[in-house]
Amino acid sequence: MTTKPAHREILSVLDRPNSYIGKTVPRPNLDRLLQGRGLYVSDVELPRMAHVVFLRSPHAHARIIGIDASAANQSPGTIAVVTGKQLAAVITPWVGVLSHLKGLKSAPQSAIAIDRVCWQGEAVAAVVATSRAGAEDAAEHVTVEYQELEPVTDMRTALDPKIPVIHPVLGDNLAFERNHDAGHVDQAFAESDEVVETEFIFGRHTGVTLEPRAVVADWNAAEARLTIYQGTQAPHMVQNIAALHLGLQEQQVRVVCKDVGGSFGIKVHIYADEMATYALSKLLRRPIKFVADRVESFNTDIHARDHRCMGKIGVQHDGTIKAFEIDDLTGIGPYSMYPRTSAIEANQIVNLVGGPYVTKNYRARARVVLQNKNVMCQYRAVGHPIACSVTEGLVDLAAMKIGMDPVEIRRRNLIADDAYPCASPSGLRFEKLSHHASLDKLLGMMDYQRLRAEQAELRKANIHRGIGIATFIEVTNPSAAFYGVGGARISSQDGVAVRLDAQGSVICQTSITEQGQGSESLTAQIVGSVLGVSMELVRVILGDTDNTPYGGGTWASRGAGIGGEAALQAAKALRKNILDVAAAILQSTAAELDIVNNSVVDADDGTPRIELKELARIVYFRPDTLPPGIQPELMATRHFVPREYPFAFTNGVQASWLELDAQTGFIKLLKHWVVEDCGTIINAQLVDEQIRGGVVQGLGAALFEKCIYDERGQLTNANMADYLVPMAAEMPDIDVGHVVSPTAETELGAKGAGEAGTAGAAAAVVNAVNDALRPFGAVVTEIPLTPQVILTALARI
Amino acid sequence: MKASAFAYARATSIGNALELLAAHGDKAKVLSGGQSLMPAMNLRLISPELIVDIGEIGELRGIALKGGVLSIGALTRHADLLKSPEIAAHSPLLTTAVAHVAHPAIRNRGTIGGSLAHADPASELPACMLALGAIIIARGQAGERRIPAKDFFRGIYETALSADELLVAVELPVTRKNASHFFDEFARRQGDYAIAGLAADAVVKDGAFTDLHLAFFAVGDRPVLSNAACRLINVVITPALMADVSAALDEELNPHDDQQATASMRRHLAKVLLVRCVSTLLGRTDLDARAA
Repeated sequence: MTTKPAHREILSVLDRPNSYIGKTVPRPNLDRLLQGRGLYVSDVELPRMAHVVFLRSPHAHARIIGIDASAANQSPGTIAVVTGKQLAAVITPWVGVLSHLKGLKSAPQSAIAIDRVCWQGEAVAAVVATSRAGAEDAAEHVTVEYQELEPVTDMRTALDPKIPVIHPVLGDNLAFERNHDAGHVDQAFAESDEVVETEFIFGRHTGVTLEPRAVVADWNAAEARLTIYQGTQAPHMVQNIAALHLGLQEQQVRVVCKDVGGSFGIKVHIYADEMATYALSKLLRRPIKFVADRVESFNTDIHARDHRCMGKIGVQHDGTIKAFEIDDLTGIGPYSMYPRTSAIEANQIVNLVGGPYVTKNYRARARVVLQNKNVMCQYRAVGHPIACSVTEGLVDLAAMKIGMDPVEIRRRNLIADDAYPCASPSGLRFEKLSHHASLDKLLGMMDYQRLRAEQAELRKANIHRGIGIATFIEVTNPSAAFYGVGGARISSQDGVAVRLDAQGSVICQTSITEQGQGSESLTAQIVGSVLGVSMELVRVILGDTDNTPYGGGTWASRGAGIGGEAALQAAKALRKNILDVAAAILQSTAAELDIVNNSVVDADDGTPRIELKELARIVYFRPDTLPPGIQPELMATRHFVPREYPFAFTNGVQASWLELDAQTGFIKLLKHWVVEDCGTIINAQLVDEQIRGGVVQGLGAALFEKCIYDERGQLTNANMADYLVPMAAEMPDIDVGHVVSPTAETELGAKGAGEAGTAGAAAAVVNAVNDALRPFGAVVTEIPLTPQVILTALARI
Repeated sequence: MKASAFAYARATSIGNALELLAAHGDKAKVLSGGQSLMPAMNLRLISPELIVDIGEIGELRGIALKGGVLSIGALTRHADLLKSPEIAAHSPLLTTAVAHVAHPAIRNRGTIGGSLAHADPASELPACMLALGAIIIARGQAGERRIPAKDFFRGIYETALSADELLVAVELPVTRKNASHFFDEFARRQGDYAIAGLAADAVVKDGAFTDLHLAFFAVGDRPVLSNAACRLINVVITPALMADVSAALDEELNPHDDQQATASMRRHLAKVLLVRCVSTLLGRTDLDARAA
């Protein structure tokens, strides 16, 4: 193996010999998880640990008149029954607003409701006992007297003057409104040959994680320190918030996050019951465990996507899209969630609609209203599925109106691949996207023309199949523009520390977290590749605020792009330090040396010079043999945050092929294709499975998932029998392809891939259903697309 | 999601189980496969004082063929029904239907006796019992009762069993010459409770039904054996007759609204099932509007 000296100084992790970048390598944590040796919060058992069960309001809106815990206190094993008022002695309330979302307002929220409950499921008392079952028994004996208040449930009427204002101090139920007007929208519509307008309806749903939210909080009064074991995506954010509201310094709070059974954005927020658990530990001076059960997960895990969006598109007969306009309305529950707020999804929709297309004429209004239902906030692909469904639904309706193939109208309007850098009509800056290359690749993968011919042939036999296409853009690698500029102490930078241990292995501490997506793997792949060390010698430590650098964690598709770049830079720095030491030992120069296969080698011809374990032995145990003046630093730390672009936008396109039973309204998904451009691919299989998992969550929204509330604000399907998650039998094969446009902002070139699947899946399915419905003259724009919705559209029932 | 405290007894024999049931009445619950009982207890929807676990009673388990009658012990699991050659040969409707019962993990534990005694109107096996003319055998301390399936199901989770009786077996007549069967259901996801379903047992000769039993499920508070379907026996079936029978079927159903479907959607789907069943069993694609 020879490496040309000219290339040696320009380290590219992509080109190095034995690079792990772009390879499918097994995840280092697989054995641990498959052998049942993972450490989830539920596995944590501490001495004197007690269990808390939250007594939750059965009413959507009610005044708390009184709480009688006397019988519960007599229940065997009961340690304490704590009300909101009692808990307020140790924890302060919070308000979920950010300053850059102008006008966003919310009311103070307490860890446990004090005078009033504002949604069915809000905690009214904490019951602490020696076991979970004991706490559930005792909770049955707590008597709460309520005075029911009129609930605000329908977002469409939440702003009517005759509807009660949930928080009188706010003046009305409008939490946030954003208006955007770009180009010349009225003129564009006036000049359009055709204008199509329709309403898109999105069902409220949630992210269903295999492992529910769980916390063990351990206040050690002797150390005046709180240790929080929690399955969270953002340990340092939890540290900051817990300290802030418990009156502690951040250094008095340690957050430990070991294995997490799925998060999808559900676990990136601060929930009232988690705050209550921290506070209970401080109040009762003992470890407290809270594990949400499935029913309370449905009632308290954030919901998302409850939107009604009017959409309008103007188009010329030649297919030119002249303008987009939307008017979005969403109801977020009684409080804006803390600390990321519940205005982000609506804000994203305004940002993203029309994003793949050339037209600059775009007007949008988004209104976010308060209501007496569970809180809504950011869930995987925040806003993307709605923006994509509205945009791509409108484009298909426009194509149908002018009699143009859905592919052709997209070809004529997607931003050209050589037009970058450029900006969207909402002002988003795009560094490099690949809409046309992605579309071409997709059409090849699905054999579009053959599929169209097959569809036409089957229609003759009354078999109704549909093809749906959806292009999308995706926000990844967020800079401080997302939260930091609005005053939230949510870091957008990440740090990685890498050190060579005394036997030549590598210890790597990173501030990104692992919830199953492969953060450990990609970190080890990058570090191993850059250092020239075998992956199995790289040990990755994450999820511990005492033992990792400070950073944001894993959310918004930032782990690989930001944490990965920090890992690359840290490994590069360590590599330089190692080569400096090696040069001193070998009486050579760093430029003449390289590290390959765990050994320092001659860069020119690969001749092994010294194994890393021997170098480490000398550095750690025989530094006396090193030349004078050499102080080896076999540990390096680097941090990274994107500065040039607020977000690294990615793009992609999806297609759905399905069959509709026009008699029953049932849909059978036959095949799904995705082409996605996430820049540099670090682990091909992990990326593909991210995409597939995301698609499945998108398909769940398209066909199955919905939190069904009645008019009194009661969630009526808070269980796994009635809330339908997508299951394997209904899922089609999902083919994934890639176009690679690395970001130039980092050496790694990686952008995110976590939202892509979810962003476009529902839009592709709805477009395919409308394609199948074409002979019937019916159009549906509501998800989930239940048989009931389709039969109603077909006027069969 | 933790059940309230309860007492537990593992019955050693049918007699022992009946003693426990007699002593505790409706404060006791029989545990068979536990696939409905345990979730209900964990959700604290029910809090029985005593669980009588009959899992160890070997004589309640197994499939036997005697003199033209298939006898299936109450503890026979769905998975056993599914792979039983006796069932496949002598009651193929049941083999087809059981594949629609939930998922493998549930079929590995759930039992036929448990399913029938639970009497969920959306479940498959009660309808099969109706279509096949099963006899359900209940035993109490006073002796044994042989209850025809059509008299057994009384409403949502309601049966002719009394609290001190144990469902011990079902008996099915073996399938007849020229018999055929049809089973289909509409569920949002594979393994979910049906929105509407149909279990059919028929005898077809020379392109006509000489016997036909259609048991619809999930379209009322119990499975419905259609009388209207009798009008399809020994006649040449025309689209007009199908329309008449469809309308008559509509009168027989009393479906409910729920989150998966409105009553009118259930009626619609039941009629789709009727047409698909008849056209499939007779090979008459002309009757099916899909081809129209």
